[in-house]
Amino acid sequence: MSGALLSRLAGRLPLILGGAITACIIGTALVSQVWTPEAPTRMRFALKLKGPLAQGLLGTDHFGRDLTSMLMVGAWNSLSIAVLAVLLGAMAGTLLGVTAAARAGIIDGAIMRLCDILFAFPAVLSAIMLGALMGPGALTAVVAIGVFMIPVFARVTRSAAAQVWARDYVLAARAAGKGAARITLEHVLPNIAGQIIVQVTIQLGLAILTEAGLSFLGLGIAPPAPSWGRMLADAQTYLTAAPHLALVPGIAIALSVLGFNLLGDGLRDLIDPRRRLAA
Amino acid sequence: MMLEVRDLAIDIARPDAEPLRLVNDVSFRLAAGRTLGIVGESGSGKSMLLKALIGLLPGTIRATGSILFDGTDLLALGEAEMCRVRGRRIGMIFQEPMTALNPAQRIGDQIAEGIRWHRRVSAAEARAEALQWLERVRIPDARRRIDTYPHEMSGGQRQRVGIAIALAMRPDLLIADEPTTALDVTVQAEILDIFDELVSDLGVGLILVSHDLGVIGRIADETLVLYAGTRMEEGPTEAVLRHPRHPYTRGLLAAMPRRGGGVGAGGDLPTIPGTVPSLAALPPGCRFANRCGCVTEACRAAEPAWRTAADGRGLRCILGPEAAA
Repeated sequence: MSGALLSRLAGRLPLILGGAITACIIGTALVSQVWTPEAPTRMRFALKLKGPLAQGLLGTDHFGRDLTSMLMVGAWNSLSIAVLAVLLGAMAGTLLGVTAAARAGIIDGAIMRLCDILFAFPAVLSAIMLGALMGPGALTAVVAIGVFMIPVFARVTRSAAAQVWARDYVLAARAAGKGAARITLEHVLPNIAGQIIVQVTIQLGLAILTEAGLSFLGLGIAPPAPSWGRMLADAQTYLTAAPHLALVPGIAIALSVLGFNLLGDGLRDLIDPRRRLAA
Repeated sequence: MMLEVRDLAIDIARPDAEPLRLVNDVSFRLAAGRTLGIVGESGSGKSMLLKALIGLLPGTIRATGSILFDGTDLLALGEAEMCRVRGRRIGMIFQEPMTALNPAQRIGDQIAEGIRWHRRVSAAEARAEALQWLERVRIPDARRRIDTYPHEMSGGQRQRVGIAIALAMRPDLLIADEPTTALDVTVQAEILDIFDELVSDLGVGLILVSHDLGVIGRIADETLVLYAGTRMEEGPTEAVLRHPRHPYTRGLLAAMPRRGGGVGAGGDLPTIPGTVPSLAALPPGCRFANRCGCVTEACRAAEPAWRTAADGRGLRCILGPEAAA
């Protein structure tokens, strides 16, 4: 293999690796909806705390539930909450960001200060608050994580949109009689879409991590539906007797965060020509 | 008269000082189907003037006076009403063809969009019309090029697309801000041909701003010479360029490179000495006094008034039209 090709491949490695990991996780999540080795909630006390390969691929937990099946369904649960939360945050945040960029002055200032206030609350704190209000559950997790993402997207969108607003083609559009809403739809959004997509990918990783944190604290999806965070919480008691109970969901969480981050980095390099490889 | 600008002044607000006057005492008229050339060097207020015409001055800058367009004073219109004037009644063409097109949109869509924005036509009709405009501004192989993105085109082609976008909205008045400055000379000639043809065919009024007297001489019926934010001389282009009355216009003409004469003894191009004065510290008298070869004591006493001579040509010089030549 030639050196140039090798270095190009090395440069694309984050994209390839991140894409592969992400695809595996999404694939697993999808498969879990039609097939799992065992019913993930089926308890078999005779088979409890079996190690990997002793019973099923990854062993069983303290109720004798099949860890592989729980991990697969947990992927679906984590991923769907993360995706919904990021969608919520991305849509609301993008709306706020483009509005702030289009309306300089008081409205811009008000939106960005609102984001500062939102940003001051960590996701876990707002989830505990929301949990107290709405009761714990998947919806609470989605809203808590989503609201936490709004300022992130608002800031990224605002700065990207403000750069587009300074371009000549926006001046040309204004000279053509187009209003701010029309310019935002036609000129601003298409030109910042790439940056938003990159941000969505990176935030998905963060959302999975936060979701795991919330369900670790019992604020996520309601039991007995499996989730990675609660698998981790349950494993605490058996940390010495059955360390695989903690390792399996732990590795799953770490891998998926890594996957989405690598993918986001790779996409950024792909989209941003200034960071594109010279090869 | 389609466009009549009267006593236009443009001021910029300053945080801890009196507003600064960027443009002062500018008036001109333009009839449909005619071309007005506006000449001036950097800082002469050309771009501000154009932005005032189309109502796109930044928030801290205010225009006063009146801009009568078909009898309506544009300066009195609100933003919503002005949006209906922009594009549909007054179109604009920009200096930099490389940045004036949306990089994320096919050129055909950019033209068609403007058509549909101002007139209720179907997408297919708008596309067909866009194609006609591309052919009209002489984009080769327009049928195929209609689906290309701006980055696939050359600067000259993009400028033609810019012209097509502006014209497709069928404005009555077209404003072009140095439309050929960023292009090389042969492309420049083609673009000017296109302008010439369109102005006479469509009967639009054209205001073309340039620092290049060659461009102005080629295309403009009337010429207005700006210096440091005010008008210095105005008249039919032919007369102004052949028999300039203002020392500044004469200086500009002398500074034009040309074959045969015009070049000084050492082979150097004549220049106008000095630079444009800062608008914040204008001399009390004539703004051009510190660079003028014909300066007298009276020039520094007070700014000369704008005077219209018997032949209709305007001049802001204490020496008057007779002093020339």
